Amino acid sequence: MSTTLTTSPTTTPPPTDQPPRQRRRRQRERPNYLGGLSGWIWLVIIILPLYYVVMTSFKSQVGFFSSNPLLPALDPTLDNYALVLRSGFVTYLVNSIIVTVGAVGPALLVSFMAAYAVVRGRGRFIALTNTVFLMGLAIPLQATIVPIYLIITKMGLYDSLLALILPSAAFALPISVLILSNFMRDIPNELFESMRLDGASNWSILWHLVLPMTRPAVVTVGIYNALQVWNGFLFPLILTQSPDKRVLPLSLWAFQGEFSVNVPAILAAVVLSTLPLLLLYIFGRRQLLGGLTAGFSK
Amino acid sequence: MTAALSERGTRVRAQARTRGPSGWFAAPALVLFFVFALVPVIGVVALSFTSWNGLGAITFDGTVSWRKVLADPVTLNALVVTGKIMLFSFIVQAPISLLLGVFTAGVQKYRALLAVLYFIPLLLSSAAVAIAFKALLDPNFGLGPVSGLALLRQDWLGNSDLVLFVVVFVIAWQFVPFHTLIYQGGVKQIPRSLFEAAEIDGASRMQQFFAVTLPQLKYTIITSSTLMIVGSLTYFDLIFVLTAGGPGYATRLLPLHMYITGFRANDMGAASALGVILVVIGLVLALVLQRLGGRDRSSSQLDGA
Repeated sequence: MSTTLTTSPTTTPPPTDQPPRQRRRRQRERPNYLGGLSGWIWLVIIILPLYYVVMTSFKSQVGFFSSNPLLPALDPTLDNYALVLRSGFVTYLVNSIIVTVGAVGPALLVSFMAAYAVVRGRGRFIALTNTVFLMGLAIPLQATIVPIYLIITKMGLYDSLLALILPSAAFALPISVLILSNFMRDIPNELFESMRLDGASNWSILWHLVLPMTRPAVVTVGIYNALQVWNGFLFPLILTQSPDKRVLPLSLWAFQGEFSVNVPAILAAVVLSTLPLLLLYIFGRRQLLGGLTAGFSK
Repeated sequence: MTAALSERGTRVRAQARTRGPSGWFAAPALVLFFVFALVPVIGVVALSFTSWNGLGAITFDGTVSWRKVLADPVTLNALVVTGKIMLFSFIVQAPISLLLGVFTAGVQKYRALLAVLYFIPLLLSSAAVAIAFKALLDPNFGLGPVSGLALLRQDWLGNSDLVLFVVVFVIAWQFVPFHTLIYQGGVKQIPRSLFEAAEIDGASRMQQFFAVTLPQLKYTIITSSTLMIVGSLTYFDLIFVLTAGGPGYATRLLPLHMYITGFRANDMGAASALGVILVVIGLVLALVLQRLGGRDRSSSQLDGA
């Protein structure tokens, strides 16, 4: 119990509380052949398609049809990237950013508040809240695209970015409330009591106690939802129509139709659409992996 | 009146001091969820008894849509395809994720590096993954012809005997990293003392795995499996872009069938009926998995750790 208590709600990610010498001894004594072998095989399985996509995106169309797909291009070219950028890529990128920030920000805020109510509040209404979000986890919400389409058209939002933001934010709530409230439960009761005795309001407690104690969970939930929304395809497909409202995943599908046999250009679009997240990953990797493992493995 | 208000104010504050936050803190989330998730769940049931082409008027239609959907062999086929993909992708993903998760939880530096690389597929959208594999699996210009092996020279996406397994493979490629991460985190939370005790007792690596790691990961396994199984009801974009449900109906699983029925064939009533089937399957699966887990998820998880 003490180990979980010290690792999970604080900001440090769980691992390594073991003296290094002991670790080395363990490793020498028992090499894990099965794990090692599958680990490296899986690495190849992961890398090969990515390598192929990047290599091909630098090939000319002629080069693509004539060369070995696994060898680097003989005549590397940036034409494909230029073509993608000329075809409205920046608009789609901006749309994706607006939708992701617009959905994840509010979803995070309201689910944080709701999780606080679920954990610290009492009463029938709050019990109902908890039940509603737990049920929301079990329902494959994609099944409801027809009524969502109806609601969005009735609200006059069809073919707007707001049409993507609202349901995406709503769908993010159950898992967010679940993870955040799991973390909040681990905050010792005494801390709440002492802040209450000092006369702190709920907002003050939320801001000065709960947020610092659950920061890894907030980061986790934020990243997880951002990935979901950024890569979301179904809502854009059914709720938008015009090219200037396209988000990146949908634009890839559209490029596929537009460029048809120009595979290198399509793959250049794939690379470009992944680049923003890859950059974020490179700079925020520690935070991201630590947060995700802490959030879901509880 | 002001006195009454301020009196009420102090009472509320006093309550807040003793009782914690009021339900208002949950209200914004509930309202958002109500409008865009609960109303649609009720709406999908209601719409399944109507006929609507997506543009015109919605008319009550009794059980016409239901009879149509239930009599349609494509529905049954979609159910079978969904079940197969769910089962196969679980069988493939669960052991690999568990193994890789345990492996990358090791303290060696290179394992941490592997975990970093494993994560990359999660950054790609399903549309991107599907497009990449479409190019990769192309029978003329993909990897197969290059390998020079006849075995790999297949029309992977055009052969209805193979396509299902290809889809399962691509799903695994995309989602194993996520589950690996979950297991990695789970393993790291197991108290070291348990392994040390097992080691002192002379337990082999295998014995440690089955006697310590696996039981300790119980809840992680339930979480990961639930996400995998219920999640497989939502594979839509990947398969939509990769195969569009083809060849024929070979990979047209339920969500895709619902989309095509509603937004391509403009039969929103039938699509809603299919949606209801999806919701029911999801709820039943979640209940069964919950029962298997045998845990009150709303209690603090520190208790049994």
